[in-house]
Amino acid sequence: MTHFTPFASLFGGALIGLSAVALLLLNGRIAGISGITAGLLSLSGQAPDRGWRIAFVIGLVVAPLTLMLISGERPGIDFIAPLPIMLLAGFIVGFGTVLGNGCTSGHGVCGIARLSPRSIIATAVFMTTGIATTYVVHHLLAGG
Amino acid sequence: MARILGGLIAGLLFGVGLSISGMINPAKVIGFLDIFGAWDPSLAFVMLGGVAVTAIGYRTVLRRSQPLFEPGFILPTRRDIDLPLLAGASLFGIGWGLGGYCPGPALAGLGFGNLETLGFVAAMVLGMFVARQSANALFSTKVKAGRSS
Repeated sequence: MTHFTPFASLFGGALIGLSAVALLLLNGRIAGISGITAGLLSLSGQAPDRGWRIAFVIGLVVAPLTLMLISGERPGIDFIAPLPIMLLAGFIVGFGTVLGNGCTSGHGVCGIARLSPRSIIATAVFMTTGIATTYVVHHLLAGG
Repeated sequence: MARILGGLIAGLLFGVGLSISGMINPAKVIGFLDIFGAWDPSLAFVMLGGVAVTAIGYRTVLRRSQPLFEPGFILPTRRDIDLPLLAGASLFGIGWGLGGYCPGPALAGLGFGNLETLGFVAAMVLGMFVARQSANALFSTKVKAGRSS
């Protein structure tokens, strides 16, 4: 189990919001991670659109490492599922976010902030199935 | 070139936010989703902080006629609730609950060299690719390229 971290989580969330505002102000785009990533998979290849997406993902990967170097503290990353389940989960997340046009960031943060009805419904749905899946895996199947 | 800088700045801020908030940790995400167990409500605070800053910031930015590095804003305009949205969000939640990863934290965790993270991201990219290829045929609704609402 993990501990309740209201202040760090609120501050981290505010930085995620700042990122979304920065991307809209600078590039005029919504900060949806699944959309930004899936946009890189275009086979037809819109080259001018590719650079900022790659740069965003590079920033996303480099930032936690840089933070670790500065603070000298490695962030906790603990897995609750073995590799085969992670592979299955990854595939479902990738498929689902493209089909549903967004994930926690695009729908859950940016969409809700814009009061988009699609995003409000999508967030309610993925929260519900996420909670239900966790209940099934960690209580029904685990017998706890 | 400016757009690439815009992407990099936003990506760095996002990655720092995920790291500080604790959302980069799959166990913490499951702690949040496990409302019937040892519930850790932290992620509600991540969303609260994110939505509050975005809501205020978006309103301010959208008073401008255009962004700094592009000729115009590219915003989702659809408001209809359709089957792909509901099915996609349902599936996404199931995968999120299974692994404790959504796309952002999985990418942000790549640098720490865990096989679980690497495998999740590889499978996620494959899932995205398959969805883009097959969704049109399955639902006869065009899945817009690289757009999230």
